[in-house]
Amino acid sequence: MQRFRGRIMVSNPYFPLAVLFVAALGFGLAPLGLAWLWARLISPAKPNAIKNAIYECGLESRGDAWVQFRSAYYLYAIIFLIFDVEAVFLLPFAVAFTGLGVGACVAMLVFVLLLAEGLAWAWAKGVLTWDMPVVRQVELVDQSVGKGK
Amino acid sequence: MATESNLKIELGKQGVFVTTINELYNWGRRSSVWPMQFGLACCAIEMIATTMARYDLARFGAEVFRPSPRQADLMIISGTITKKMAPQVVRLYNQMAEPKYVIAMGACAISGGPFKQGYNVLKGIDRYIPVDVHIPGCPPRPEALIHAFMTLQAKIDAQPLTGDDRPRHLDAEAQSLFPIPVQGAHDLEPPVNRLVWPLPAPGNSTEDCG
Repeated sequence: MQRFRGRIMVSNPYFPLAVLFVAALGFGLAPLGLAWLWARLISPAKPNAIKNAIYECGLESRGDAWVQFRSAYYLYAIIFLIFDVEAVFLLPFAVAFTGLGVGACVAMLVFVLLLAEGLAWAWAKGVLTWDMPVVRQVELVDQSVGKGK
Repeated sequence: MATESNLKIELGKQGVFVTTINELYNWGRRSSVWPMQFGLACCAIEMIATTMARYDLARFGAEVFRPSPRQADLMIISGTITKKMAPQVVRLYNQMAEPKYVIAMGACAISGGPFKQGYNVLKGIDRYIPVDVHIPGCPPRPEALIHAFMTLQAKIDAQPLTGDDRPRHLDAEAQSLFPIPVQGAHDLEPPVNRLVWPLPAPGNSTEDCG
């Protein structure tokens, strides 16, 4: 019965695949296991506070790594990017200014005014005023009062 | 030991290669000493030149400069260590994983060099961390740094796995924390790490101001 069952397993077309799978698993796990064994037997772990500290280019790490930025900041970033790119276009325009015709000047003016209109829109929308939510302001006031004491 | 090496040569002639775990382990370690990527002063330029095509540090398995102390085996102190910078260097050394080695490169790193009389320069990094190879020179040429590498490789090769001479990382009792000095009113506190600098305390003699 035992031999019969074994013969079925060997003759199974997936048997070489299973052998290869086990071999591949062993090939990956054996070095890891050996390294673990080597570390356990020969190389003692000696952790300390300085060694385990967050790596920060040799400086003492301060505060939390999970710093949060306000999501409203992205609007500032986008407006900055637009005018950053505008400066790139303005520079060659300024260099070639004396040799340009009226058409080029008007085209550039339209370009600049379009961006300025965007800025005006953002301004009118109140994006440029960095107002904090009321609750947060109250919290801040409370904290400063607490510090004063 | 001599007979053993003779036996090895004889066997090698017959096409039989024998080795010990100790040799294999040290061969692996010395063939992949990864330095940490940081330079302190002008010696760093020579260190960079050493890694480039003309001098080609890759021949010694040490071309992979790691930007994190967690992955580095070797700290090359390449240049002047100001007292402002010394705590950072010692902290980085602490954050390196064992086994770790140090090459003090250049006159400044080994003794303070031309700035020895200055108030703001550390007179050798070996006051705070153990140094394996000192290279003199101002700055040392790339050949000197390569020589230091080969010296370090010879040192690693000679380290036994067991016994009293075994390297620090195999010794559970060996020191692993090297205290970081802090800026005091006039000097770094403490001025030396007593565990790695057994010589008389510097600071009060006229030769050594600070």
